[in-house]
Amino acid sequence: MALDGSLPVETRLEMQRRMLRIRLFDERASKMVKRGQIPGTVHTSIGQEAQVVGACMALQTGDHITGNHRSHGHPIGMGSDLGPLMAELVGKATGVCRGKGGSLHLADRAVGSLGESGITGSSIPIAVGAGFSAQVLNEGRVAMCFFGDGAANQGVLYEAMNLASAWKLPVIFLCENNHYALSTPAHTVTGGRICDRAQGFGMPGVRVENGQEILDVHAAVAEAAERARSGAGPTLVEVMTYRFREHSEGLRINVDYRNVDERELWTSRDPIVLHRAHLIDEGLADASTMDAIQSEIEEEVEACVRFALDSPDPDPAVAFEDLYTDAYDLEDVK
Amino acid sequence: MSIMTYIAAIGAAQEEAMVADDRVVVIGEDVEANVYGTTGGGKERAEQGDFVQRFGRSRVRNTPIAEEAIVGCAIGAAMTGLRPIVDLSYSSFLYMAMDQFVNQAAKNRYMFGGQSSIPAVFRSAMFYSLSTGAHHSDRPYPMFMGVPGLKVMAPASASDAKGLLRQAVDSEDPVLTFEAVPLWGAKEEVQDGEYRIPFGQARTRREGGDVTLVAISGSVPVALKAAEKMAGTGVECEVIDPRTLVPLDTKTIVESVMRTGRLVIAEPAHRTCGAAAEIAAVVAEEAYSSLKAPIRRVCARDMQVPFSPALEEQIYPTTERIVAAIEAVTRD
Repeated sequence: MALDGSLPVETRLEMQRRMLRIRLFDERASKMVKRGQIPGTVHTSIGQEAQVVGACMALQTGDHITGNHRSHGHPIGMGSDLGPLMAELVGKATGVCRGKGGSLHLADRAVGSLGESGITGSSIPIAVGAGFSAQVLNEGRVAMCFFGDGAANQGVLYEAMNLASAWKLPVIFLCENNHYALSTPAHTVTGGRICDRAQGFGMPGVRVENGQEILDVHAAVAEAAERARSGAGPTLVEVMTYRFREHSEGLRINVDYRNVDERELWTSRDPIVLHRAHLIDEGLADASTMDAIQSEIEEEVEACVRFALDSPDPDPAVAFEDLYTDAYDLEDVK
Repeated sequence: MSIMTYIAAIGAAQEEAMVADDRVVVIGEDVEANVYGTTGGGKERAEQGDFVQRFGRSRVRNTPIAEEAIVGCAIGAAMTGLRPIVDLSYSSFLYMAMDQFVNQAAKNRYMFGGQSSIPAVFRSAMFYSLSTGAHHSDRPYPMFMGVPGLKVMAPASASDAKGLLRQAVDSEDPVLTFEAVPLWGAKEEVQDGEYRIPFGQARTRREGGDVTLVAISGSVPVALKAAEKMAGTGVECEVIDPRTLVPLDTKTIVESVMRTGRLVIAEPAHRTCGAAAEIAAVVAEEAYSSLKAPIRRVCARDMQVPFSPALEEQIYPTTERIVAAIEAVTRD
């Protein structure tokens, strides 16, 4: 079913807000990398907003997520405050991780984000653990791990899927299949369909063929979440999507590894444009309402940038904190 | 006080922790059947003390043989309300979960600015000197000493094993505990009831004014024998067991060397970049002027472990090798 008419209008509008937050946040971050305002690089979720927000908004308060290097979208999708996220990308004292994580390693416990991971596939079993604690403590929570088509070939995914299935844990394995592991086309390094692998572990595996339609993503993940919460165990959801930009900002690859026709097809399916059109077509919002939402988010993103740039650098002593929970000795730096 | 074996002390600490706190769970390979004797009172399911009967299968769970998932799952569970004790069986199997230990357990709290803590204990057993061959005979604790964010303990007696494990379960940070299988059957008087041994406090096993003899894990009883022998020749060794390697009680060691002027370190791990190397470096930095002789290390040779008993024993520190090192540092 392409459209889920049962979602309240406000939820549909909030979906658009969160997708716009990701788009505009990432566009702004990309510029800031080029200007040298953000050290290192960033991996944007531009083009994949429906896949991210549709999945996040199918969860409830108290649920957990883990993610990967394409990291900003997940906490934003869960509702994070943008200021501390942008401050983290810039490396400021007010950063959500106190300036120690950066773009690749965001976490925001306030919205259930346990942490993104720069190591491909590494955060998958962490979500299984969050599902394990939910089951033992009988807390009715669900945990979802985001990982890409590249991580789908890591052995740890199959260890994690097996464990989650054997213990019937409330876990959602959310594969963001954007068709490329950096420059490597997924089909050249992947045997069969990723979603079909679920069968071997005795869990449902579903594929959202058009992950640019946020309601399709939401419906699939909502069903997986309901199944998880009811005690029936995990689900693998593979969402077909596309990143509109390069793997990471500033990366220059001279080989044209992405076919022009393919690019044009996918970029014509802009999830934000599509969702806006649906809302207007269904008579749920008019163009001026949608424009107002866009302006509201533009202002929010500009405010987060100002907050980040105006924030102080972290005190150097912060580099030597947070390793352990108790006091520990460090060699004197002389 | 009661007499207890090293392995029984580990079981007793796990039992106490399970009783004290519902958030404590034991997961790992073969924990339900109490294969190693740490999850029950006896070897039979019907026996009193059986963990599955007492605490249920929700809190005592066999895992698949999938170390990366087991360790990652424990980390995620610890971040979200449980206090897992993970039985990883042979310490050689830790390598299968290296990414989770190094990239997740050790870095998570730090790189996310202290948002989470990971109160998990990872138990593993060093089955060396038992003809288990190269894939089952590792003593890998020094590798993990090189990973900031992990705590590392290596008890050498029953009472230490119990008190340190209890402390580890209480720790809000990930702890790796390396048990010396050659000591599993070693008995010691153990204090009755619950007690905890703080991390970073060495135990002086024998006092002496001539040579400081630091020994780790399974090398502690060997060092005590060597000290006994040397006492017969009039050389008194102070035998110190650091008990935890991260944090490491350098103060006790350095103060002892300042008194004795001589240091021998014995451990079952490899010589290169071992705990002995770190201790030697600290003493060289902090007590150089007190040293009357070069520091000597008695470690496992930088060699893989052979299977045949006729070949294996010479790999590790023996009483003879430790005695020879003590004689070398006392030869003026």
